Amino acid sequence: MAKFLQAVTDGILGGAVYALMAAGLTLIFGVMDIINIAQGVLVVLAAYLSYVLSVHLHIDPLLGLLITVPAMFVLGVAIEWAFMRRLRGRERTAMSLLVSYAVAVIIEGALYQAFGSTPVGYLPRYAVASVHVLGFYLPYIYLIGFGLAAVAMAAIYLMLYRTKFGRSVRATMQDKVAARLIGINVDRVAALTFGIGVAVTAAGGMVFGATNTFNPDSGYDLISRLLSIVILGGLGSIAGALVAALCMVTAEEIVNIWQPTWATAVYYAALVIVLLVRPAGLLGKQEARAQ
Amino acid sequence: MLTRRVPIAALLAFGVAFPLVFTNPAVTTDAIYTLIFVAWAAAWNTFSGYSGYISLGHAVFFGSGAYFTGIATRDWGLTGSEVFWLLPLAGLLGGVIAIPFGIFALRVRRHTFVVITIAVFFIFQLTAYNLAITGGTSGLLAPTINFVTATYNNPFYYVAFCIAVGTVVISWLIRRSRFGLQLRAIRDDEDRARGLGVRAMRVKLGAFVFSAVPVAMVGGLWWYFTTLVDPSSGFDPLFDVAVALMAFLGGLGTVSGPVLGALVIEPAYLYFQQHVASTYLFWMLYGALFLVVILALPRGIIPTAAEHIGNWRDRRRSDDAGTAHQPVESSAGDTAKESA
Repeated sequence: MAKFLQAVTDGILGGAVYALMAAGLTLIFGVMDIINIAQGVLVVLAAYLSYVLSVHLHIDPLLGLLITVPAMFVLGVAIEWAFMRRLRGRERTAMSLLVSYAVAVIIEGALYQAFGSTPVGYLPRYAVASVHVLGFYLPYIYLIGFGLAAVAMAAIYLMLYRTKFGRSVRATMQDKVAARLIGINVDRVAALTFGIGVAVTAAGGMVFGATNTFNPDSGYDLISRLLSIVILGGLGSIAGALVAALCMVTAEEIVNIWQPTWATAVYYAALVIVLLVRPAGLLGKQEARAQ
Repeated sequence: MLTRRVPIAALLAFGVAFPLVFTNPAVTTDAIYTLIFVAWAAAWNTFSGYSGYISLGHAVFFGSGAYFTGIATRDWGLTGSEVFWLLPLAGLLGGVIAIPFGIFALRVRRHTFVVITIAVFFIFQLTAYNLAITGGTSGLLAPTINFVTATYNNPFYYVAFCIAVGTVVISWLIRRSRFGLQLRAIRDDEDRARGLGVRAMRVKLGAFVFSAVPVAMVGGLWWYFTTLVDPSSGFDPLFDVAVALMAFLGGLGTVSGPVLGALVIEPAYLYFQQHVASTYLFWMLYGALFLVVILALPRGIIPTAAEHIGNWRDRRRSDDAGTAHQPVESSAGDTAKESA
């Protein structure tokens, strides 16, 4: 029982970080109708940035976020401007997958070139320590990750529902043509949304890097999890991503107690079962007519 | 009609004569890998290209075919060319796997479908890692084969050639058939197609199952040729994306496009792999090539070329319009464009 509760706690704390990374993915989907396969490797890239800052430049990774978040934002805007914006026509969906995959392959190659394939990790001082609450061990880094994710998710929510920019984002999500007709610069909204969606990987990557050892290959595992989460939650729904991330990571932690080898299969099995019942995902809208 | 038969016959003759002309094993090895991808790309296109449902999970069938052939060879103690007789069984297995996979995945559309195929792919890869019968991480080794060294590659080459040609022919027949029209109606507007009486699920599933068979067959052949399958090489996500790229480069939904794409990309891939010093640099080059293809030629070589040729014919026809006028020719030109 104690193990079970510990697994649930770990799942919720860890799930929040996945929720943040998935929120970026689902936001990009909602606005642009494309899936960014590169999200996983971008998290790894952010983790390497934090690694360089903390190991080589001796900047605390938490403080380093002041550098990595803007850097990832700019990278996201650049990817949207250089590639995603240029996709048109009937096969746009499929082509966006291929383009973001190509971007992922290039980044992965660059990371291998720069860092090699040996897994690395960095543990800030506070990552090692943990607090003892009601019989649970809560590592500080998990709490920090949870806090970061909560703050970032709250910021995204406020941005979407309390600002003028957020209103134009939601308008673009609902109907691109109508949004353009009422004077919203849809291209700008798309670029900034892609930037924000990628910028959240900076925070996610920093926590991921502090809690795991990683190499450039780690992106595949991450993206397959993130994709499962956003589909399970319902594409385009940030609340859905949050619920799905918490459920999936907790479920994985629980299964991990008895069956470590099959724990990751829980993700995909849950996906299969839920979609048999609800093809649109937990909180997704019923899919509109194709195209 | 004659103008199209001659080049096809020439291509076939070239394919048959290839290993007799180029006896260098390095060349025929590359040719075998290329043919494997020709079959895969043509089969994939028959489903994804015609129906518009982009599958990134066909490596499930490839890996299953490879593992089936490996396990059967080991357990039944087969050697030499006996193993080739397992390939139809491997194809059958691929088709059988495709039925539940398709029934489940084809309930959803577009992005969700793509992600489901990726998820099923990871379930299979994980299963291969964890089961005892698949040899876990170390994979399955093929037995040593006592073929004559000088012509060692030839049996592999001709088996791959037969599978590739058979797949392309069936793909072409499907495209011309009522079934193919129904598939393309689904691609254009699935709800309207259903409204017109297309049994969408049945049609999609049929194409999905068909496309799985050749992929599983070449999977088995690939295992026997490379002599090793392990979970990361048999179920390789890069293969899925490479095949999609081949189809896009040549022209998604055309018969010849994916074949052309595979004939261009796989040799290029092998050449890069063998001549670029750093694997990682090679990956970056490959990714960049990928981006250039998709952004510069979004519709693929065959449709773009067909349009240029069509325009050129139109222009010539309008130049001739003052002197000659043959409405027959115009319809012939359109047919060629449509079925290119």
